[in-house]
Amino acid sequence: MSDAPKPRRRWLLYAPLGIAMAGSAGFYAMLRGLQSGSYDPRGVPSQLVGRTAPGFDLPPLESANLPALADADLRGVGRPFLVNFWASWCVPCIVEHPQLMHLARRGVPVFGINYKDRAPDAQTFLTRHGNPFRRLGRDEPGRVAIDWGVYGVPETYLLDKDGIVRWRWAGPVTPEVLEQDIGPLLRRYA
Amino acid sequence: MIPELGHFALALACAIALFQTVVPIWGAQRGAARAMALAPALATAQLIAVAAGFGALIWSFVVNDTTVSAVVANSHSAKPLLYKISGAWGNHEGSMVLWVLILALCGGAVAGFGRNLPSALQARVIGVLGAIAVGFHAFILLTSNPFDRVWPPAAEGQGLNPVLQDPGLAFHPPLLYLGYVGYAVTFAFAIAALLEGRVDAAWGRWVRPWSLAAWSFLTLGIALGSWWAYYELGWGGFWFWDPVENASLLPWLAGAALLHSAIVVEKREALKTWTVLLAILAFAMSLLGTFLVRSGVLNSVHAFANDPARGLFILVLLMIYVGGAFALFGWRAGRLAPIGIFAPVSREGALVLNNLLLCSILAVVLVGTLYPMFADILMGARISVGPPFFNSATAPLALPLVAAMAVGPMLPWKRAGLFGALQRLWWAMAAALAVALIALLLTGSPVWPAIGFGAAIWVVAGAAADILDRSGAFRTTARNAFNRARNLPRGAWGAALAHAGLGVTIAGMAGMGLATDTLVALRPGERARLAGYEWRLESVRDVAGPNWSARRATVTVRDAGATVTVLEPERRSFPVARMTTTEAAIHTNIFRDLYAVLGEERDGAAVLRLHHNPLAPWIWLGALVMAAGGALSLSDRRARVAAPAPKGATQTV
Repeated sequence: MSDAPKPRRRWLLYAPLGIAMAGSAGFYAMLRGLQSGSYDPRGVPSQLVGRTAPGFDLPPLESANLPALADADLRGVGRPFLVNFWASWCVPCIVEHPQLMHLARRGVPVFGINYKDRAPDAQTFLTRHGNPFRRLGRDEPGRVAIDWGVYGVPETYLLDKDGIVRWRWAGPVTPEVLEQDIGPLLRRYA
Repeated sequence: MIPELGHFALALACAIALFQTVVPIWGAQRGAARAMALAPALATAQLIAVAAGFGALIWSFVVNDTTVSAVVANSHSAKPLLYKISGAWGNHEGSMVLWVLILALCGGAVAGFGRNLPSALQARVIGVLGAIAVGFHAFILLTSNPFDRVWPPAAEGQGLNPVLQDPGLAFHPPLLYLGYVGYAVTFAFAIAALLEGRVDAAWGRWVRPWSLAAWSFLTLGIALGSWWAYYELGWGGFWFWDPVENASLLPWLAGAALLHSAIVVEKREALKTWTVLLAILAFAMSLLGTFLVRSGVLNSVHAFANDPARGLFILVLLMIYVGGAFALFGWRAGRLAPIGIFAPVSREGALVLNNLLLCSILAVVLVGTLYPMFADILMGARISVGPPFFNSATAPLALPLVAAMAVGPMLPWKRAGLFGALQRLWWAMAAALAVALIALLLTGSPVWPAIGFGAAIWVVAGAAADILDRSGAFRTTARNAFNRARNLPRGAWGAALAHAGLGVTIAGMAGMGLATDTLVALRPGERARLAGYEWRLESVRDVAGPNWSARRATVTVRDAGATVTVLEPERRSFPVARMTTTEAAIHTNIFRDLYAVLGEERDGAAVLRLHHNPLAPWIWLGALVMAAGGALSLSDRRARVAAPAPKGATQTV
């Protein structure tokens, strides 16, 4: 921010123009990408799709009498299954809970990861709304959620029988998601 | 018929804007006095034409003309009149008409109040405002015509987005646009100065009131939007570092820097190149915000319905105005030679520090907002930059800014002693430290709220110390000092008031750092505890409004057995728009908000989110004080009269 530019530094006065032009070129690329579909600010695909889940080993929720969850448990399940990140403090988790219960009754394995939650609160939630989980790990510090790239709870991943992540859903599993996405995916990877 | 007249008025305004650009600027470059003299008349004609178009649009909404597509898409016959009117600018097309109306108002103001401006400067400023108007008129007429007809007429409108049916939001866009578009005037002054190749004290004196007015309106607009998000969206926070929120903060930061650097131009004839650059930057940030919000390149809860074709048009306008201005800047700014000499410890030195820090914060927010988009397009990486980044990156910059804020006004121009200024501020420093320590002891571990309280006291006490010092309160009798204080220029009072307002806002933010909340599922008769209060859900029942029906919970809040308040949060559903909104219930006593949001109901239990927000109202109260400070400063006679004020006995410095 010098006043009185010396002749040698005159080019500095063009720096704002250069920055503005570079920015405009970027914005133009974004607009073109919007039209061709290569740039979409809303849909964020998971980095995990097509890969196995990152390594983790979580403690169980003692009071629930459920086995704990580690990455080894995700291999060799033998059929497609779901991994669901949830918390007792999250309102949409209550909304999606009946759908998870429905899947569990149909025999679809649902593994739960309890995110940034206190054990008594999580237990109260399961007692009040029912337990759909075959295994449950407690991710109180939220580290595993970071490794998975979780946006926020609830978030649900569908893994195939070999433990490869096939699909991610950020937000509650509504009856529509259950019918239009999860049903066909379960059949495809069966 | 009326909509066609409105459309015609806008087309006419576009043609007038073309004349408004060409004739005065040509006249000013050639020194043709008669061409220059046409400028005010053209600006006035422009204002009349745009006002007619805007009036036609309002009329279409008020009578609910369902042959106009904007009305069909955004209005409904059952809507209250206020929201029919505010619905006219609650959508993309109408908001653009409001935008050009405010631009025309600014042009009219330059024509009306600018009679004592040098005629060449006035002609160029009006010409540049005309050039901006041409582009935005073309944008409206070619891509966003608000008067498009639908035939046969629709039976009923599709309703305004129910989230926007709110008195706070009805006035949020006009205030925000007064701010955004106000920077078009300082931009026009900057371009005029570059064309002329001259920036002097008179130029600085003219830019100051405009940047002050734009900044005050933008402050109010941002505060109103933040307040609306607080009570209407029901998230319990006041600022989310959402890209659209950041888009309004960017011109505010640039404008705040401009406001202060223009003082240096006026008083010391220094920082000229920098001030011109800031004036361009402030308007560039306004246009960038318009582009980001309306083009669909970013993901936000606030974004308008998006259309890449419109985005491209705005991008072209952005490149013409901002790119053109920066090219002109690179070519001509070398001529703006400074006169003043600088000492690091002086009033102007403090203002430079203010500019450096404000621009650093601006850079942080700009990079944080744009980085995910550019990372995506350049590297294909999906990144989200959230509040933790913004909070931890802006706080270390905001702290020295706040520290310098109290010292700067105490320093005399040219050469000053830092020790002397600090000596006059010792009691403010002691009060700030004491409050920070007490806050730390009372609240326990979190450090930032305590620092925030200390900073707030420091700023408010610093502003008071400035006024006391100027009125000589410690050197003369109380009566004498009172008279001096009364006779201080309003600019000095305004600056102190605006600084104190920021202090009040900081106190509110620090208070929000101590906010607590809880999520509970209660059956009627059950209770929860939060922040020492007992919250009891009495009942949940159905209620009906003019165009909505709702579930309303009644929550009694008690403190040690005594009823404090009865909160009635609602979940409204709007059948026409097929949307539900949450109406948070808030009880305030100025020192804290009790805040309840009603969620879903299951098996007879209602999910309630309860918040206890200490000092929350101060955030917006402080913004009001800041804007009042701006208004007070604007009423200073120096802002209205081009001649410098006579040096009276009142100025002791």
